[in-house]
Amino acid sequence: MNRARKLACVVVIAVCAVSLAANWLAPAGYAKQFREAPNAPPSRQHLLGTDEIGRDRFARVLYGTRISLLLAPAAALVSTVLAALVGGLAGYLGGIWLRLARGFTDLFLSLPWLFLLITVRALLPLNVSPLVSVLITFLILGQLGWAAPARVLSTSADALRNSDFVLQARASGLHGPRLFLIHILPNLRPVLYAQFWISIPVFILSEANLGILGLGVAEPLPSWGSLLRELEGLISFREEPWRLVPLLLLIVVLTSFQMLFSHEEVPA
Amino acid sequence: MLSWKLLLGKITRHLAAIAALVLLGGLLSATLVRLAPGFDADERELDPGLNAESVRALRQSRAGEHNILSFYVGYLRGAVHGDLGTSHALGQPVQTLLRERWPVTVRVAGIGLLLAWLLASILAFTACLRRTPAFEILGTSVSAAFLCIPAAVLALLSVILNAPGYLAIALIVFPKIYRYSRNLLAKAYALPHITAARARGLGEARILACHVLPVAGPQMIALAGITVSIALGASIPVESLCGLPGIGQLAWQAALSRDLPLLVNLTVLVTLVTLLANSGADVMIYMLRSDGCIRPSAERSSAIANAL
Repeated sequence: MNRARKLACVVVIAVCAVSLAANWLAPAGYAKQFREAPNAPPSRQHLLGTDEIGRDRFARVLYGTRISLLLAPAAALVSTVLAALVGGLAGYLGGIWLRLARGFTDLFLSLPWLFLLITVRALLPLNVSPLVSVLITFLILGQLGWAAPARVLSTSADALRNSDFVLQARASGLHGPRLFLIHILPNLRPVLYAQFWISIPVFILSEANLGILGLGVAEPLPSWGSLLRELEGLISFREEPWRLVPLLLLIVVLTSFQMLFSHEEVPA
Repeated sequence: MLSWKLLLGKITRHLAAIAALVLLGGLLSATLVRLAPGFDADERELDPGLNAESVRALRQSRAGEHNILSFYVGYLRGAVHGDLGTSHALGQPVQTLLRERWPVTVRVAGIGLLLAWLLASILAFTACLRRTPAFEILGTSVSAAFLCIPAAVLALLSVILNAPGYLAIALIVFPKIYRYSRNLLAKAYALPHITAARARGLGEARILACHVLPVAGPQMIALAGITVSIALGASIPVESLCGLPGIGQLAWQAALSRDLPLLVNLTVLVTLVTLLANSGADVMIYMLRSDGCIRPSAERSSAIANAL
């Protein structure tokens, strides 16, 4: 691991650790209002100032980071499992199943990701409790993000199906689910890991996009998307530069993810 | 040599696949809207000025949308005759809406794409030709920074800075083009025959035109097809937040108001444009390869889509 990757690893771990310690580090809860100090500038009491209804921005950044960083991997897990089921099984079964799965993934991939995501999210209820909105947002990400990994996995599984060791296993009498679980799935593991890790920054970005458009996590729960929505009221950067902190944090974390899992090392 | 018979066969296969996927995409969209919670709710029914008969008439007007298949067959029948239905939310024929909005998106996404390709190509070619760490670091860090900024934030920043919407689209698409084309060019420039050509004193322009582009060209063309889809996707947040009356904003409004006829038409349109762009790229690669203009190292556009 080179120096840049080590640094990226340290950054991701540090941000995760700080967000997990939000209960102790934050000066107040994410929803607590300081009604005497709305739109306050940074001070010793409020490190990043307060928002327009007097909530401590630093606390919201910590809790928002926790939600985005914990749930994006959960969504990535859902999409990877779905991709393994659809792509892996289709590649293993081959023939009509492979063609059907590829047609279905082609259909999903022919729609721009943001178009699909925003349309599907807008069709689901928006007037729900904050917790339900978190679940809906990240479940959608997980359920819609399977197509591209499934395409990669179906190709890999198809290649494995025709490999010598699988042929030998077949000749030895191994068939059906056992062959898939013992020989195909373990060999797909590197691709699955890679797809899982590269999905995380994609989902973090997607949640941020949904949040800015008002389709993400519902108030008062914070997430990077809802925190970035505050930029809507920004008139100039010079007046309140501290409002850009969530954006800078997002850039730092995503850059670290990019450095850790660059495309060059993704097996496909 | 280019075989016109084979080319015609390829185009026919592509068109058949496009037709099947577009029809399926429309059906999928209709199903999603129909199954969405609150589909049956019509805000107009809450108007206290309406009597029971008017409410019944309103419900009757939407009765045809309850059965998805019959709605879709009716929609297709109308589409064949040039009738794309009427938007519930905007109360206008979908055809009129698309005709008014489409030029805005074409202009914004088109200029954005052009700018993105220009910027990415200049940076990628300069980084490969100069081979100095400064250009490498500049290109990589600029593209990495923009890759990490959500499309909606770039749209918001363009509003704050009074920048045009196409600039936001250009900055959303640019990092994807830069990273992929930079890798392609670097791989092409590292090939032994290019080192040999340099050793023999061939000029950089000739190396680029005769040896690098024929190798990297097919994937660059496929990438061009994919970027159309990315630009179309990016036009939703950009047009919605920048107040541009294009297809992206229309899609946003249609989704929020669960406007079934409008959403189905938009899905069909977006799918059609995306698939046409990708298939056009595939056919162009085939034609160039048959003419011997490029080397047979092209990957399918779907592989590039996965990598992006």
